[in-house]
Amino acid sequence: MQYAILVYETEYDIANREQHMPAYMAYSQALGEAGVMVGGAALHPSHTATTLRLQNDQRQVQDGPYADTKEQLGGFFLIDVPDLDTALNWAARCPAASNCAVEVRPLLPNPA
Amino acid sequence: MDARRAAELAARNSYGRLVAYLVAQTRDLAAAEDALGEAFLAALNTWPDQGVPRSPEAWLLVTARRKLIDTARRSQTQERVLTTLKTTDLGWSSPPADESALGGDSVPDDRLKLLFICAHPAIDGAMHTPLMLQTVLGLNAAQIGSAFLVAPATMGQRLVRAKAKIRDAGIAFELPEAEELPVRLQAVLEAIYAVYTLGWDNGAGGDPRHQGLTDEAIWLARLCVQLMPEEPEAKGLLALMLFCEARAQARRTVAGAYVPLSEQDTALWSQALLREAERLLGQAAVVQHLGRFQLEAAIQSAHMQRADGRATDWEAIALLYAGLLRIAPTLGARVSQASAIAEAHGPAASLQALEKIPAAAVNTYQPYWALKAHLLQTLNQPAAAKDAYQRAIGLSEDAAIRAFLLARSRQLPGPPPPN
Repeated sequence: MQYAILVYETEYDIANREQHMPAYMAYSQALGEAGVMVGGAALHPSHTATTLRLQNDQRQVQDGPYADTKEQLGGFFLIDVPDLDTALNWAARCPAASNCAVEVRPLLPNPA
Repeated sequence: MDARRAAELAARNSYGRLVAYLVAQTRDLAAAEDALGEAFLAALNTWPDQGVPRSPEAWLLVTARRKLIDTARRSQTQERVLTTLKTTDLGWSSPPADESALGGDSVPDDRLKLLFICAHPAIDGAMHTPLMLQTVLGLNAAQIGSAFLVAPATMGQRLVRAKAKIRDAGIAFELPEAEELPVRLQAVLEAIYAVYTLGWDNGAGGDPRHQGLTDEAIWLARLCVQLMPEEPEAKGLLALMLFCEARAQARRTVAGAYVPLSEQDTALWSQALLREAERLLGQAAVVQHLGRFQLEAAIQSAHMQRADGRATDWEAIALLYAGLLRIAPTLGARVSQASAIAEAHGPAASLQALEKIPAAAVNTYQPYWALKAHLLQTLNQPAAAKDAYQRAIGLSEDAAIRAFLLARSRQLPGPPPPN
């Protein structure tokens, strides 16, 4: 079963990202060596985001993220593990779990 | 004493005792807990106006019993329970006026039976500890779920299922027979030790919701020693936890940084806890029936000789681990034995011991990689050491330990990390 580990970061952590890089590199390496890593990415900070929607056939484009919160979605890992318990165990090892928070969500199976 | 405080005290001291007493009559753990929960609620509603009864425990018991009868009346299927409750002579009839006739001590203490039910072999081993936390200590599903990294709703469902199994399978509310006792007792003690390790792993710098768990585990172990004073393993378990607890203040610097055992300031170790642990271990040894927890406590005792200015006897520690592995061959004990071998016989011998462990078993086991990294660093193999440190760092849950390993890894010679 596949799960997304959504990594939330505080403003401070986003501003000091390079400080956390070694820990994240080790974390993704551990996921890889355990054979559970499916994918993932780190995102640029939310001020680089552009949000758009179509309202009454009008395009509306705005600067910034859809949800403007203090804590930001900083990236995600996709993992393939037997169950939620195992996914939560991996989520607890993510550096963000002790700095801010991580959210674990099951992925819908591929329709194919 | 104010009513809320009185209710809290009664909850802390009597919860398990009252659950045990009610279960003895109804054989229905979930129903007993529900009734007791309602009784506590009633206490919070009535004690502020009517005053705290002289025996809060008896008041709660009488009220919970009445709730149980009400519930049984509503559901026709509980005929048997109703009959049992009506015919059981509680020694008092109309609460709460005459509850004061019953001293708190008169409620028989059946908590030992409750502990044995929670760790019954017919119950999924993963549920032994959660059941104990709920039925003996009164923790809720959210608190237990957090400790086990399980969503509160999921933990709630698992607890309900486990209790239904106890009721429907007709698991007896009795102490095990003598020939069964050693195995059954081991399951009880292991479940209590699991409470402690959960609290210990998350003790400093971790999730504050877990910090009370070490206290709860020690409380449960004290209860076991009190209820089974002749069992050396119960004393061994309590001694083991008190040895660890004695070091609690030395595990982190004031700033929260991780301090390995070998570098801890022994002045920060609690002498009182150390002495109590040594005394318990000595009492257990008199029985001359060695077990897992006495061995683990003896290992802790050997580690803590440093407090008296004596050198650590690593040879003895490695031997104790060899004995432990014969009784309880856990991954943790194997890695710890290798760590003792490193001190007694050098890093190469230790690495050999580590490499005998099957790779699949240690794939996600952080202590293995942390020790391996340290050994390879000592053996001057920086590239392999770096790799092992990466694995250990990536598998660390505790931020302080992660920071400690990152610092160690940075001491290695070689190209700096790419960022």
